[in-house]
Amino acid sequence: MKGFGFNRSEILRQYGILFVLIAMFIIFSVATPNFLKVENLFNVARQVSMMGIAAVGMMFVMIAGGIDISIGSLLSFVNVFCAFLIVNFNVHPLWASLAAVAVASVGGFLNGVIVTQMKVPPLISTLAFMTIWEGIAFLISRGMTIFGLPDTFRTLGSGYVGPIPIPVIIMVVFLAFGGFFLNKTYIGRYFYAVGGNEEAAGLSGIHVRKLKWLVYTLCAAFTAVAGLVMLARLNAGAATTGKGFEFQVITAVVLGGVSIAGGTGRMFGVIIGILIMGFLSNGMVLLDVSEYVQRIIQGVVLVLAVGFDCLSKDIGMDKKGVLKSE
Amino acid sequence: MGGDIILEFVDICKEYPGVQALNNVSFTLRSGEVHALVGENGAGKSTLIKTCSGAVRPASGKIIVRGKPYDHLTPITSMENGIAVIYQETSLVKEISVWENIFLGEFMRSGLLINKRGMIERANALFAQLGMSIDPEALVKDLTIGYQQMVEIAKALSRDAQILVMDEPSAALTNAEVDTMMALVRKLRASGVGIIYISHRLDEVFEISDRTTVLRDGCLVVTEETKNLTRDSLIRLMVNRDMSETYPERPPCADTEVLLEVRNISGNGLSDVSLHVRRGEILGLGGLVGAGRTELAEILFGKARPRSGEILYKGKPVRFRIEGDAIRQGIALVPEDRKRQGVLLHMSAQDNITLPVLKGISRVLVINARSAKGVVRKYWDALRIKMPNPRMPAANLSGGNQQKIVLAKWLATDSELIIFDEPTRGIDVGAKREIYMIMNELIASGKTIIMISSDMEELMGVSDRIVVLAEGRVAGELARDSFNQETILEYASSAS
Repeated sequence: MKGFGFNRSEILRQYGILFVLIAMFIIFSVATPNFLKVENLFNVARQVSMMGIAAVGMMFVMIAGGIDISIGSLLSFVNVFCAFLIVNFNVHPLWASLAAVAVASVGGFLNGVIVTQMKVPPLISTLAFMTIWEGIAFLISRGMTIFGLPDTFRTLGSGYVGPIPIPVIIMVVFLAFGGFFLNKTYIGRYFYAVGGNEEAAGLSGIHVRKLKWLVYTLCAAFTAVAGLVMLARLNAGAATTGKGFEFQVITAVVLGGVSIAGGTGRMFGVIIGILIMGFLSNGMVLLDVSEYVQRIIQGVVLVLAVGFDCLSKDIGMDKKGVLKSE
Repeated sequence: MGGDIILEFVDICKEYPGVQALNNVSFTLRSGEVHALVGENGAGKSTLIKTCSGAVRPASGKIIVRGKPYDHLTPITSMENGIAVIYQETSLVKEISVWENIFLGEFMRSGLLINKRGMIERANALFAQLGMSIDPEALVKDLTIGYQQMVEIAKALSRDAQILVMDEPSAALTNAEVDTMMALVRKLRASGVGIIYISHRLDEVFEISDRTTVLRDGCLVVTEETKNLTRDSLIRLMVNRDMSETYPERPPCADTEVLLEVRNISGNGLSDVSLHVRRGEILGLGGLVGAGRTELAEILFGKARPRSGEILYKGKPVRFRIEGDAIRQGIALVPEDRKRQGVLLHMSAQDNITLPVLKGISRVLVINARSAKGVVRKYWDALRIKMPNPRMPAANLSGGNQQKIVLAKWLATDSELIIFDEPTRGIDVGAKREIYMIMNELIASGKTIIMISSDMEELMGVSDRIVVLAEGRVAGELARDSFNQETILEYASSAS
């Protein structure tokens, strides 16, 4: 059957990335003695937890054929906004958190509406939101860092349940939810349908616009949760917190095999993508690689991940092309 | 008539999964000759043309271009050898001017700058030589399809094309435009160009061609001087069977209630269209490409909204804002472009079939996997889908089976009115008949069908009644006992 070539590239994508993770793991374990310590591994897990939470939302958006590059600025906004409410207005942290998630969701929803109703490409729409969120964050904080969060709030970021850090637990809950949602619910199935072929999906009766509103709203909401965890860990709200966050999340998601063209991607792969990003930066820190060099390497990783995605797409297309011209 | 052999295909074979597209086909073209290539859809004409343009690489056989043998051509060697293919859909860049299109990729230059004046002059000379009056500075998108085709021909000639392949050049043209094009073809022939002319319109074949080659199911049937052929003998060579064999018998439709009525619909390319379809009827929609048939289907399915007019469904006025509204009312669309609009190639056959009913078989949000499997199993055998495992990607299926997947999807929603837009385009002959049989079964089980088709025989073989559209209007209507190819064509090319 002709289809095997196609499946083989799919398998290569799924498991190729697993081999990369294992290889990296081995190299870092040999190169630095501290890498394999349980303490360090939990540390990595905690470091990637924000990325992991937001990655679920980003994955939804990208499977449905979009992208959201505003999440870094949104993370900053959530930090500043929530800290400002708690510190300056004495709002209870719970209400402040809910307010932050609500405002972020409204922003995400607007993003979706702009993409569907004004037909603005998602890259541009979310680029606009990137500076809008950032601007608001600076406006609220006047460029200063907001200190003085209550200790109860801090446990969200630095507490443990048994040996496991709370942020890690939150991340696992989100990842599990995301995997379940994508595989078992009809809306998850719709994401794949819309991302793979919007027109055919619409002609099958899927309300494409509503679905896009949903993915951008969820992405923003999940990013807001990541922002709250970040705030609790840093114990201070600053308008620069989220710088580069969108880059990390998108790289992790693409590494995990979510196609930038939409329609494909599994939670299993994205979890590996997140771990690769986490171990990569942790290992480089342990090896004393300078921050600037780290950035260069991360950029190269993104290009390689996307390049691999596009190339294997091409191969897949060829296979389809053979069938197409019958 | 005709000079030396300039193009020769020797024993060309090409196979696609499940279909022998070309089986030892040999074919010659002389300079200064118009060689008609005819056959049913799926006979192998397009594949043969594609080996000529370099888009398809034959599995075996030889192509000899002016004495030079090749085992296959690439788009570049094809062009270098003076071969030009004019497709139905022009490959011009719509947003730029005529002269830019003609010289695209080979701009004349003076120094570093482009020589615009020189190119416009050459374009004018070219048009004068061809006896056409087209302004080289006009934008291509402002020209009619007929003129766009002429520009394409001019473009080919500006590159010294000696072998011109015209794939259904008249399909989208009005009668007057066809005459102009025929005159042009004669002029080219006189100047020594060899022309392969593909057309479904047999009148044109007799009017213009010197020799005719008939293909059937991928095999060469005959190459003959056209003057030795008659219309009837040609049809017999093409089809090799009676119409009743292709189109399974069905009792005529009784005079039932009107299921759907369209009143004075305008907008989305239509103006003042009114028609109706009765329960249990197959209504055929005929017309040329761009006549508004697909646009009408879009409106009936809620993909596009009309500017004015109303739709009555089961006697009640309905308004569809979105496809889902139409689906809920029991209307289904099997779209024209199967790969782009019908199946989701990246998803499994099973996911494709269950997509419209997914919400219904989910509790809260979670899909009931057992119901999903049940839905698939129910239609899998009923439609005789040939595929080992419904979890394989739909991309691996043949065209006929993909079409069945689309059908299964709509049977699962229990639709009452099914709109087929070109239901058998690109489907091989065997699978075609199966699709017709399924259509008959649908009618027998009380469904109603609107079928859009550009295949004249299909239109006449399947429909109970035919409405012909032209330029967004209803041009005429025929009852089954008055079906006739000439009348349909006449309606189809009637300008308003």
